[in-house]
Amino acid sequence: MTLIVKKTTQLLAGIVFLYGIYVILHGHLTPGGGFAGGVIIAGSFILLILAFGSEFMNLTREETGTTLTENLAILAVLLIALAGMIVGARIFFDNWLPAGKVGELVSAGVIPLYNIFVGIEVAASILTIFLALVIFKEEITK
Amino acid sequence: MEAAVSLILVFMILGAVFAIHARDLLSAVISCGIVGYGLVICFLLLKAPDLAIVQIVVETISLVLMVAVVLDSTRQEPFTLPDKQGYVNIATAVLTAGVILYFLNLATGSMDAFGEGSLRMAEHYINGAAAKTGSANLVTGVVFDFRGYDTLGEATVLVTAVLGVITILRIRGKK
Repeated sequence: MTLIVKKTTQLLAGIVFLYGIYVILHGHLTPGGGFAGGVIIAGSFILLILAFGSEFMNLTREETGTTLTENLAILAVLLIALAGMIVGARIFFDNWLPAGKVGELVSAGVIPLYNIFVGIEVAASILTIFLALVIFKEEITK
Repeated sequence: MEAAVSLILVFMILGAVFAIHARDLLSAVISCGIVGYGLVICFLLLKAPDLAIVQIVVETISLVLMVAVVLDSTRQEPFTLPDKQGYVNIATAVLTAGVILYFLNLATGSMDAFGEGSLRMAEHYINGAAAKTGSANLVTGVVFDFRGYDTLGEATVLVTAVLGVITILRIRGKK
């Protein structure tokens, strides 16, 4: 890509990444949540890969890192849900942390935790699909 | 608002029909984008910003992916006249569409007017969700608390899809 595209992407990617984190962390207060924020974070990485080519960041060599992240995140979601069976009311998917005051950043019990881990999982999944396609194209042209 | 949503729906149908008939695959992909972005505006008009955010980002990323695929392969759509089997397929499709339209008409007759009335369950969610879950955003409260199993299934579908993509697109492992 040209210098203009590269420079603009450099400036924008960080802001897009931060916005994704904001959407995830405020998922229980404002519109958005794990799914939306995760896709926005994946979008910032995809922007960088599209602008700088697949050699950038050495991510494209193997999709092992993103796959591992994704599977660990979904495992964390399951463990938090299972913890509801040990702590509190002993129900799967029980909200076992104190709910707190409605409208504050730290409130709503375990819902922000679910948001964070689902966000990580979605971001890693979308990035893995994109990387798998990029690697496939590189290997088929060799 | 009903008129605005109807207008956008007409545009979406036009875009979908054009996507089927376009000779150039790139313009077919772009007109598929009309459907997605029209849906975003519909969600915003119907006051569902949660869905609109997800839809606009997913639509953009899938559009980028499809444009990349079209640019790498061919842009020509192969066009052939339908044979005997093709006419049977077309007749089946028209018949199915007619049956669906008939029953849709029957079903909408007994529903509430557009934008009015809500289900008993929805009223329960609206009145009690914020106090029960502590989440100011009702959608997140429903998605991660009342319908946690549903969300777990969605996340698992994504993981399974990624596993499938990696399995199919693996050249080095096949050798």
